[in-house]
Amino acid sequence: MMKQSVSEPVIKVRNLVKKFGDFVANDHLSFDVQKGEIFGFLGANGAGKTTAIKILCGLQKPTSGEIQVAGYDVYTQAELIKKNIGYMSQRFSMYEDLSVRENFQFYGGIYGLSGSEIKERTKEMLEDLQMTHISNKILREIPLGWKQKLAFSVAMVHHPKIVFLDEPTGGVDPITRRQFWEMIYTAADKGVTVFVTTHYMDEAEYCGRVSIMVDGRIEALDSPEALKKNYNSTTMNDVFIKLARSSGNTN
Amino acid sequence: MRIIFYIIQKEFRQIFRDKVMLPIIIVIPMVQLLILSYTATFELKNTLISIVDHDHSVTSRELISKFKGSSFFTIVSFEESYDSGIERIKSGETDQLLVIESDTEKKLARAEKTTVFLVTNAINGSAASLMNAYAVAIVTSFNQELIAETLPGIQTAAAIQTETRHWYNPRLDYKTYMVPGILVLLITLIGMFLSGMNIVKEKELGTIEQINVTPIKKYQFMIGKLLPFWIIAMFELIIGLGFARLVFGIAVEGNIALLLSIASVYLLVVLGIGLLVSTISDTMQQAMFISWFFLVIFILMSGLFTPVESMPEWAQWINKINPISYFIQINRMIMLKGSSFKDVAELFYALCVYAVLILTFAVKRYKKVA
Repeated sequence: MMKQSVSEPVIKVRNLVKKFGDFVANDHLSFDVQKGEIFGFLGANGAGKTTAIKILCGLQKPTSGEIQVAGYDVYTQAELIKKNIGYMSQRFSMYEDLSVRENFQFYGGIYGLSGSEIKERTKEMLEDLQMTHISNKILREIPLGWKQKLAFSVAMVHHPKIVFLDEPTGGVDPITRRQFWEMIYTAADKGVTVFVTTHYMDEAEYCGRVSIMVDGRIEALDSPEALKKNYNSTTMNDVFIKLARSSGNTN
Repeated sequence: MRIIFYIIQKEFRQIFRDKVMLPIIIVIPMVQLLILSYTATFELKNTLISIVDHDHSVTSRELISKFKGSSFFTIVSFEESYDSGIERIKSGETDQLLVIESDTEKKLARAEKTTVFLVTNAINGSAASLMNAYAVAIVTSFNQELIAETLPGIQTAAAIQTETRHWYNPRLDYKTYMVPGILVLLITLIGMFLSGMNIVKEKELGTIEQINVTPIKKYQFMIGKLLPFWIIAMFELIIGLGFARLVFGIAVEGNIALLLSIASVYLLVVLGIGLLVSTISDTMQQAMFISWFFLVIFILMSGLFTPVESMPEWAQWINKINPISYFIQINRMIMLKGSSFKDVAELFYALCVYAVLILTFAVKRYKKVA
């Protein structure tokens, strides 16, 4: 494939539209995400965030629009995109009846890693998480916060260029959330692009840039500082409420 | 190849870790084989009969003693009238009623024609015709004895004698007929449910999404999902054949390798149907209902209990897409008759075509979306 120049965005979306029957889940979304950026994707429940993520990951086809991820077209090169991205879904999706090590082995395996690569990376990642001692524990017996951190590592096992995190910290305690964001920063420092959705506005502050979706449209997109200034607010929370309320469709 | 290995490894880990599923897979089919083989039978050993004897003669008593002596009949009562006998049938106390008219002996002495009257409860048609045949056989042989005694001049022995030999199942043991069929049923159930539920379970848990977001190829995923259950079902068939041999004394007359190779193709059909069901359904409940719908039809029409040849023509056409029907025929032929490949070739080729079609369709239907 073509070599990407440094300035070329890793995610390029122009007029993305996704309709389910008459319902418009994504209404002409357009944005770019740069390499190594932490891109916050905010919006109320049902605003269309998950749909957009699934389209970017090649799990769903868009109705129309031009979308490139990691330099590949979502219509024709979805399988090439999948090679280059990691995905952590809203629903916890590791196997509860397998051990930590077995989960790494399975996901590493289906990404086509060799046995020694899997071993090496599992060891490295568990050491970073300080979870080496639970590597043979069945996942069912591990607390949720730990599992979420493991799920993030599993999504990174094949060293993707971009990682999509769909509400990765839902239901997780503040300390673990903090640690989770440290992991995100570490990944971004290594040049991985992070595309993250969240409902926690303090987390929005950690992002390089934030887009706020309302009723399937992107209403605002900028750095947290610029957004706060533009909307005359002291916190991202206020910005979000001002935008979401204007649609009259939040709860 | 390596990717497929990792899926298979994961499936087996999950199966062997599940403390409920493992015994279900191994023990229950064998229990079913034991129970069904003894109970799914049309053999009649104990027909209950009531008798109305209006004649009260030596001859009538002799006829009754023939019934007493038969291992097929148990005389439950002697009735005063036809009506009270019918009441017994209605209440279910007896299956058959034999009425011997008065003057039977006198008529016979005068070499006149006489009749006995036989009433059979025919709610179960095939059982009734068997009961009837047994009773008629007793009356007929009694009749011949009478002729020989009273009219010694007439040589009845000159009549054509039928000598019967029962091939392939010389002792007319129903189990010999049922065991090969039930074996087919067991691997079908195991194969279809394990494969059908498996992918749907991943859909319900959400893990399928995580798999769909990887660059795994459809065929890799399908093979990785099929092979574990194929291995389990083949393993089960082998254990089942061992059971048939040890418990029922039914050895495979034909070539075991031939039987196993055909079984391996048959299982591809079964697993393919299971996969197809799992691509259609979103929940295990849906998958369960769809699987049962097809299984009940396939099993009842398969010829396991009733011969396919006596079904209406349209039903025989439906049976052309009934994989169970094919393999029950093949299995009975190889296990009981010792048929060779040439004898079952046509059925086998049909299964091959079936396997290719159903698997292609299942892989086509499976979409890597969420």
